[in-house]
Amino acid sequence: MLHIVNKSPFENTTLASCLRVVCKGGGGALLLIEDGVYAATKNSVAGNAVHDVMGDIQVYALWPDVEARGIQDRVLEGVKMVDYGGFVDLVVEHSNVQSWL
Amino acid sequence: MNETTGGIEDDEGSGIVKKFMFVNRKAPYGTIYALEGLEVVLISAAFDQDVSMAFLDDGVYQLVKGQHTKALAVKNFSPTYRALEGYDIEKLYVERESLEMRGLNADDLLVPVEVLSSAAMGDLMKTQDVVIGF
Amino acid sequence: MKFGIMVNEGPYTHQATDSAYQFAKATLEKGHQIYRVFFYHDGVNNATRLTEPPQDDRNVVARWSKLAEEHGIDLVVCVAAALRRGICDENLAPGFRISGLGQLVEAGIQADRLVVFGD
Repeated sequence: MLHIVNKSPFENTTLASCLRVVCKGGGGALLLIEDGVYAATKNSVAGNAVHDVMGDIQVYALWPDVEARGIQDRVLEGVKMVDYGGFVDLVVEHSNVQSWL
Repeated sequence: MNETTGGIEDDEGSGIVKKFMFVNRKAPYGTIYALEGLEVVLISAAFDQDVSMAFLDDGVYQLVKGQHTKALAVKNFSPTYRALEGYDIEKLYVERESLEMRGLNADDLLVPVEVLSSAAMGDLMKTQDVVIGF
Repeated sequence: MKFGIMVNEGPYTHQATDSAYQFAKATLEKGHQIYRVFFYHDGVNNATRLTEPPQDDRNVVARWSKLAEEHGIDLVVCVAAALRRGICDENLAPGFRISGLGQLVEAGIQADRLVVFGD
């Protein structure tokens, strides 16, 4: 299953909830979009949490959102960048998708 | 075409039955998501699909007993959760961790639910065809 | 593959409709089909033809209308959510139509994937 998170991990518990449910049950892939991409920054509390789950799930971030926010040089190693086309491919590759709004 | 439901008559008998899960993660009243989410759930009942509802995070507050909204002058829609059974929507799942974090347990809820661990909730989500979060 | 897209926030305040639009464009560029785009909650505000953004900003509403015109995409606005927020046939932008919530459920049934954009 592809899980999409669009909230900053610094003001919202959405990412934490998603990781709690996804990592304990089932696994899958996580795509960070919009303000969710801040979770992909290294040397940050949220980035450390994401780093810890990368053995369980694949983590992707939407490059246009990363670049728009000026964090392209601070991205956590192992987070794969996708553009909107890559986003579409991820949805196609997974049999189901959930947006954690 | 039925104006309210968007022509469900045309779709009945399409024969496709998918697993729909409506994931509720927001509290009632502060925003409209819970109320309008419930409206989608009720409509979905007319399509003969395999429908379930999941409650996580602040979504569990939608189900707590004792909601009184008169002073807000907004509709108290909490009784609707008790009416879901009449629509054959009987699969209500609540994540245990979300309850515990908020000092709640199943007895605080106004409708019978199945309490699941995070792991069981994740496993269940994985089996769905369509997941709509509110 | 057939995609359903749900948009739950209005233009300009939230990025949701921008993300949905870019996603929709990418699905078409990849040769997929869009079965329907369904607008719900404040997402119905994407359908008003009365928006007039500044010259140097994108026109979110017109962009959806253009996509619908060029690719024959079904843009459906939930009637109950729309009437609550003052969206009706009189101010509906080209390419949109107002219908019931059943259209969302039907999109979930008919499309291979339903992707939700919101806040």
